[in-house]
Amino acid sequence: MAMFIRVDIDEAVQGDEALKKNLVEACPVDIFALDGGRIVTVDANLDECTLCDLCIQAAGDRVKVVKLYRD
Amino acid sequence: MRLYEFEAKEVLRRARVPLPKSVMARTADEAAAAATEVGGPVVLKSQVLSGGRMKAGAIKFADDAAAAKAAAAEILTITVSGQTPTGVLVEERREVVQEYYAAVTWDGRAKRPVIIFSDMGGIDIEEVAEQHPEHLSRTHISNLAPLSDYQAKVAVSRVGVTGNDLGPLTRIVAALTRVFVERDMTLAEINPIGKLADGSFVALDSHMDMEQEARGQHADLLRSLGIPDEDTRMARPPTEFEIAGAKVNDADTRGIAGNITEFDGNLGLIIGAGGGSLTLFDAVQSAGGNPANYCEIGGNPSVAKAAALTKLVLSKPGVEKIAVMMNVVSNTRADMMARGIVKGVIEAGFDPAEKIAIFRIPGSWEDEGFAILRKYGVEFVDRSVSMHEAAARAVAKMATT
Ligand code: SF4
Repeated sequence: MAMFIRVDIDEAVQGDEALKKNLVEACPVDIFALDGGRIVTVDANLDECTLCDLCIQAAGDRVKVVKLYRD
Repeated sequence: MRLYEFEAKEVLRRARVPLPKSVMARTADEAAAAATEVGGPVVLKSQVLSGGRMKAGAIKFADDAAAAKAAAAEILTITVSGQTPTGVLVEERREVVQEYYAAVTWDGRAKRPVIIFSDMGGIDIEEVAEQHPEHLSRTHISNLAPLSDYQAKVAVSRVGVTGNDLGPLTRIVAALTRVFVERDMTLAEINPIGKLADGSFVALDSHMDMEQEARGQHADLLRSLGIPDEDTRMARPPTEFEIAGAKVNDADTRGIAGNITEFDGNLGLIIGAGGGSLTLFDAVQSAGGNPANYCEIGGNPSVAKAAALTKLVLSKPGVEKIAVMMNVVSNTRADMMARGIVKGVIEAGFDPAEKIAIFRIPGSWEDEGFAILRKYGVEFVDRSVSMHEAAARAVAKMATT
C-alpha cells in the first residue's frame, strides 16, 4: 500500500491515446501502466514518485500528484 | 580481502624477499611428499585466514616424511577460529638467532601509509608498542612521491639496527612496502623476519590484506595465485544477517546499501554518505552506544531499498531502536530516505515515533523529508546538529528505554 503518494488521473485522460502512451513513457519510476487499454497507477511504485512533475507537464491538470503526508 | 600465508609468501617471493623453502599440501599424502621435497626437519602450518594457529595446535613440527604425514592429517582436522584449513604449508625449519617485525599499513589519522618495524619480532606487536616502545619505529611514507629504499632504511635504523644487518633488512622492508603500495594492500606484514646463524634473513610468516575494491585492478595477480573470483576471502564467513543485507542491496540497483556488517549491540544503524558511516559508527561508540550493525547507505537508494534495509535491521534480535544518520546529502534525497525508513518501520510492525531514535539526513529535499517525519512524530535534526551530537542523542535515548 502506498503511504506517501497518491496519483489521481482524470477520466478525460482515458480518451487520449497519445497522452496515455506519453505518461507511461515519461514517468521515471513506472507509476503509470496500461491495463486493458486504460491507464492506471501501479500501487507498488507510487511511493517511489520523485515529484519530478513530468506527468503534470504532459497532462496538465488532468493528473494530480498528491503528497499524503502534507494533508 | 585476505591472502593465505602461502599466497602472501608467493607474493613476497616474486618481490625477491628471501624465504625458507616450502611446498603447499592439500592432503596428508601430499604433505609427506612435500616434506621429502623440502628435505630435513619441517614445520607444518595450517592455512587459514585467521590468527591463533599455534594456540589451536595447528602448527606442528616433523623430522621426516612419515611424521609430516601424521602431523598434516591432524592439522587438517583442526578448525581455527571456526575456519577449516585449505591445506598445510610444509616449510623448511630454520633456526633463528633473532626475530624482527615489519609491516606496512594505512594510518588513517596521518592519511598516509606507515612502515612499522621492530627488532622484537615473533610476538604480539601491540605488546611491543605498549611495553617496549623504543623497540618499534613508525615511518610514514608519501602518497605522492615515488617510493625510495631510503624510507625503509630509516624505518629499520630507527630501532638501532646497524652494520651488516641494515642492508638486508632494508631490502626486505623496501620490497614489502612496494608490495603494499603497488598491490593496494591494507596490510602487508612479515612476522617474524628471522635472522639465521649465518647472518642472512628470511621471512618466516606473512599476512596480507588487499583492498576489496582493488580486486579488479589486481585480477592478474589473483588469477596467478589461483584465487577464483567467487572466493570472497573475508576475515570470517558472512553471517545470515550480512547475507540478507547483501541480498537487499542486490535486489534493487537503485542506490547502495553496502558493507552491511553485524555487531551485537542494541542500536540499529542506517548510516552513510561521503564517509559518514565510519564517522557515525565511531560517534555512536564514543558516546557509549552499542551498534547492532554497520552499513553504508547512499547513492539515492529507492524507497523500497531503504525500507528493506530498515526492516532487516529491525528484524535483528536485540535491536531496540534505529538511528538514521547521514552526512549532508546531495545526490541522495532526504525525503526518499524518510519515506523508506518510515515505511520499513511501519511494515515491521512498529511505531516510527518510538522506534527511530533520531533522524539526521540534512541536504537535498530535506523540507519534504521533515514534513514526512513530522507527520509520523519522528525526532529529526538538521545540519545545525553535528553527526557526533546526533549520535549522542540517539545513545541517550537508548539509556532511557
Ligand atoms: S511526478 Fe514524476 S515520478 Fe511522480 S508520478 Fe509524475 S512522472 Fe512519475
